[in-house]
Amino acid sequence: MTTIHGRATSLTKGIVLTLFISGMTISFFISAVTRGDGEIVPLGIFALGMVVFGLLVVPASWLVEGRRKAINRTMTGLVFSAFGFALIPLVSLVWTVVTLGLARFDGQFFGSSMRNIVGAGGGALHAVIGTLEITLIAAVISIPIGLLTSVYLVEYGRGRFSNWVTTMVDVMTGIPSIVAGLFAFAMFSLFFGPGVRMGVAGAVALSVLMIPVVVRSSEEMLRLVPNELREASLALGVPKWLTIVRVVIPTAIGGLVTGIMIAIARVIGETAPLLIVAGFTQSMNYNPFSERMMTLPVFVYNSYSSQGTDAQAYIDRAWAGALTLIVIVMALNLGARIVSRVFRPAGNH
Amino acid sequence: MFNLVKAASAVALVALTLSGCAANEGGNAETPAGSLTGTLNGAGASSAGTAQESWIAEFQTANAGVTVNYDPSGSGAGRESFFAGAVEFAGTDSALSDEELAMSSPVCVADAGYFEVPIYVSPIAVIYNLDGVDSLNLAPATIAGIFKGDITNWNDSAIAADNPDVALPDLAITAVHRSDDSGTTKNFTDYLSKNAGDIWDGEVGDAFPYATGEGASGTSGVVDAVTNGTGTIGYADASKAGDLGTANIKVGDTWVGHTPEGAAAVVALSPRVEGRSATDMAVSIDRTLSDPTAYPLVLVSYLIGCNDYADDAVGALVNAYATYLTSVEGQATAAANAGSAPVSGAVQEEAAAITAAIK
Amino acid sequence: MTSAPPTMPRLRRGDRIFRGVSVAAGVVILSVLVLVAVFLVFKALPALDPSVHIESTPNGFLAFVGPLVFGTLFSATLALVFATPLSIGIGLFISHYAPRRIASALGYVIDLLAAIPSVVYGLWGIQVFAPFIQPVYQWMSDNWGFLPIFEGPVSGTGRTILTVGVVLAIMILPIMSALAREVFLQTPRLHEEAALALGATRWEMIHMAVLPFARSGLLSAAMLGLGRALGETMAVAMVLSPAAAVSFKLLTSENPSTIASTIALDFPEASGLDVNALIAAGLVLFAITMVVNSFARAIVTRQRVKMGEN
Repeated sequence: MTTIHGRATSLTKGIVLTLFISGMTISFFISAVTRGDGEIVPLGIFALGMVVFGLLVVPASWLVEGRRKAINRTMTGLVFSAFGFALIPLVSLVWTVVTLGLARFDGQFFGSSMRNIVGAGGGALHAVIGTLEITLIAAVISIPIGLLTSVYLVEYGRGRFSNWVTTMVDVMTGIPSIVAGLFAFAMFSLFFGPGVRMGVAGAVALSVLMIPVVVRSSEEMLRLVPNELREASLALGVPKWLTIVRVVIPTAIGGLVTGIMIAIARVIGETAPLLIVAGFTQSMNYNPFSERMMTLPVFVYNSYSSQGTDAQAYIDRAWAGALTLIVIVMALNLGARIVSRVFRPAGNH
Repeated sequence: MFNLVKAASAVALVALTLSGCAANEGGNAETPAGSLTGTLNGAGASSAGTAQESWIAEFQTANAGVTVNYDPSGSGAGRESFFAGAVEFAGTDSALSDEELAMSSPVCVADAGYFEVPIYVSPIAVIYNLDGVDSLNLAPATIAGIFKGDITNWNDSAIAADNPDVALPDLAITAVHRSDDSGTTKNFTDYLSKNAGDIWDGEVGDAFPYATGEGASGTSGVVDAVTNGTGTIGYADASKAGDLGTANIKVGDTWVGHTPEGAAAVVALSPRVEGRSATDMAVSIDRTLSDPTAYPLVLVSYLIGCNDYADDAVGALVNAYATYLTSVEGQATAAANAGSAPVSGAVQEEAAAITAAIK
Repeated sequence: MTSAPPTMPRLRRGDRIFRGVSVAAGVVILSVLVLVAVFLVFKALPALDPSVHIESTPNGFLAFVGPLVFGTLFSATLALVFATPLSIGIGLFISHYAPRRIASALGYVIDLLAAIPSVVYGLWGIQVFAPFIQPVYQWMSDNWGFLPIFEGPVSGTGRTILTVGVVLAIMILPIMSALAREVFLQTPRLHEEAALALGATRWEMIHMAVLPFARSGLLSAAMLGLGRALGETMAVAMVLSPAAAVSFKLLTSENPSTIASTIALDFPEASGLDVNALIAAGLVLFAITMVVNSFARAIVTRQRVKMGEN
């Protein structure tokens, strides 16, 4: 910072840079001396260097700038290192998934199932189809219910019942995914017997998780629609339901679609409920109303948890499946972003 | 919203059309193979999982209309699912108990009885991950001490006594056992209790009897934990051992490594379980053999199912599948892909006769 | 719309139908929740009967679920302990330290990370993180072993409750950071500028203006993270070496397992009354998360009331 009254001076950028370089150098020498095996770990040296740099700069700042500036520098350092520290595992995660996933991210992976495959080869097409079908059914169930509920809450909701609905949506938001799976299992096993496994049961479980997300985001979007629009429409004699369908929803459509896409992205990676009610199979199954159905997250889990003799082939497929999942989730998020950008000027309809 | 649904269904439709047939699915049109159709679900021993995979692959290639699912969830789970009616056949590493034989399964015709034939014989390897140690000998009492938690360091005198020529590191032992119910555990604990009963006082069963050591789910969970750890030791089906070191065990006065032949020898030398029906081939494995050609730490995996299925179509499917499994070709497939000891000779012929009679 | 103005009765009918449909959607939500509770209770009851012997719960249901409840709370608490300071740091970094252009990009990246499926975190945890961290555990035990929680023998695989805590922390970090950032950004601009105008350093401004304002928001973010960590299934199921132990030791092989992971691991192989026991355990988990979430909601409501008074 700048000099005040010419008394206190501040650390110039040059001094800070010098301290930084000395910190890194010291760290390098410490590592070289203590390890002795000549092996250099760049990240470790950098981390240690940052610590040494901190130990140098804070006392320097204290001496030159005073206590308050020293504390400020310390906290700045802590905030930056919290950020950097948290970044390490997340970067490692993405890096691992991409590098290891690319090994089997090929045509065969998306062109075949695991039927009749032993060891290497094979793919996840059956899982991709299963995921698409189950998620689609879940969306078909959840979107109308979620959207209409939010319309009710925003446009009609008064009094005790609407409070109840709001509370229940909150409670639903907190349902652990495995519990949603247990619910779908309990329900379907009443009708189809104890060993029931089918795709549509998985879709029901996902719907339980998806509905509250849709309600929440849609409610928020509908509330953003200015009341003037509604009043203008009603004043022209347009009935309320037409006002909602023709004015309110089109105005909020960008936000609604964004919210729905993000809700889909949330549930498409769910593993636990599908593990319980959709089961797993190596073969293609197009019919969500009978027999086991593979899904991508379960494919990843299953490839990892029951490896064959050629374990590496299974692990490679698990990573490729993980990469596929991440790509799908990213695409949905990106799509949501684009949609919300396209529809941003909301008054033009 | 409606546009979104439409768009989504369009995408799904395109995907479905594109994927009309996965490259490896759909029968070969030129060779109309097999007239069987339907889905067969099985569950059970994960040790035989690789063998089941290769059998399923061959069987489905020969019968394009059939889908066989085998869920390698564990022997106990397989038997439970079978008696609950959730699957039509089960694979199990431990023979049916007398109580289970008295139970009924919803998929069977009542009182028709069950068949139980050996389909997969494989040695259990004691796997370890210890830098710089390529060869390790372990007496039954030493293995018992390690897995019970009495021996906690690799430089323990008991291990050193078994391995006079090996430089053992000063490193804590992490003993990995199966956290789920498993026939592998049952065979392993049975072996320890018969050979080192004074140390191994725990119950012989599908569940690991002690609360010490590290638990891992499934055969591959154990292998993975041992592979990724340091100073780890575990037990797993030998075909899954991969590059890990495997210990030689003491048979009589010699150190014996695992081989398919050694495993097959044990089955040939062991008596049957007494008082079983003609369709039940349960073997009572003799763990205390002193013949150095035998490797008594072995598991025998059986295929179990109904002699007579309530649904005749299912019966026909199980008949075809089980007949293939017990055939010479089926056993050769498993030996090639899963490294098991093929069931052969009189035992194979008897099993084939039983499976041919399934209705 | 038709060109001719519709008549009044038809109008009312349309309104009535539309209103009815949207109310029905609300009713569906209510009934789904009631159904969830009813089905779970119905399926759980057989396992609670003390006179029935269940193989997986030989000493009664409470003895079965007790250690699991402990493990669930313990692992989630660990995750929260790690994630809270970090998420506050990240939130502050994005809201008050990073240049605006970078900040909005970072916000987007964090949203993306929040959507990564848990099975991917699990795969990373067991394949990458656990082997990486194991030597660190060995070192911790060798040097800090006098503390009971770091007591050995150290697991040779790194599949311990501490690993689970860290993986869970990484999983809840994005959502907690996003919430923290949101809360920090809501600080009244005037308060911040007033503090700066009085000559406060950046940290003093944050300390005086931002943090007091954000306290309850951060608390509710933490509760939300806790709720997520409690219900997390796959990552724990893939990483942890489970034992039915009640132990605070962080580095050994014998770790308390969690409700959700136990259900996921045991359910595919369960049959008969074991299924009921697992569903009953799920009901317990449901109850725990509901308590945590309603606590979070109470905090948010109190904050709204307080802000209303301002």
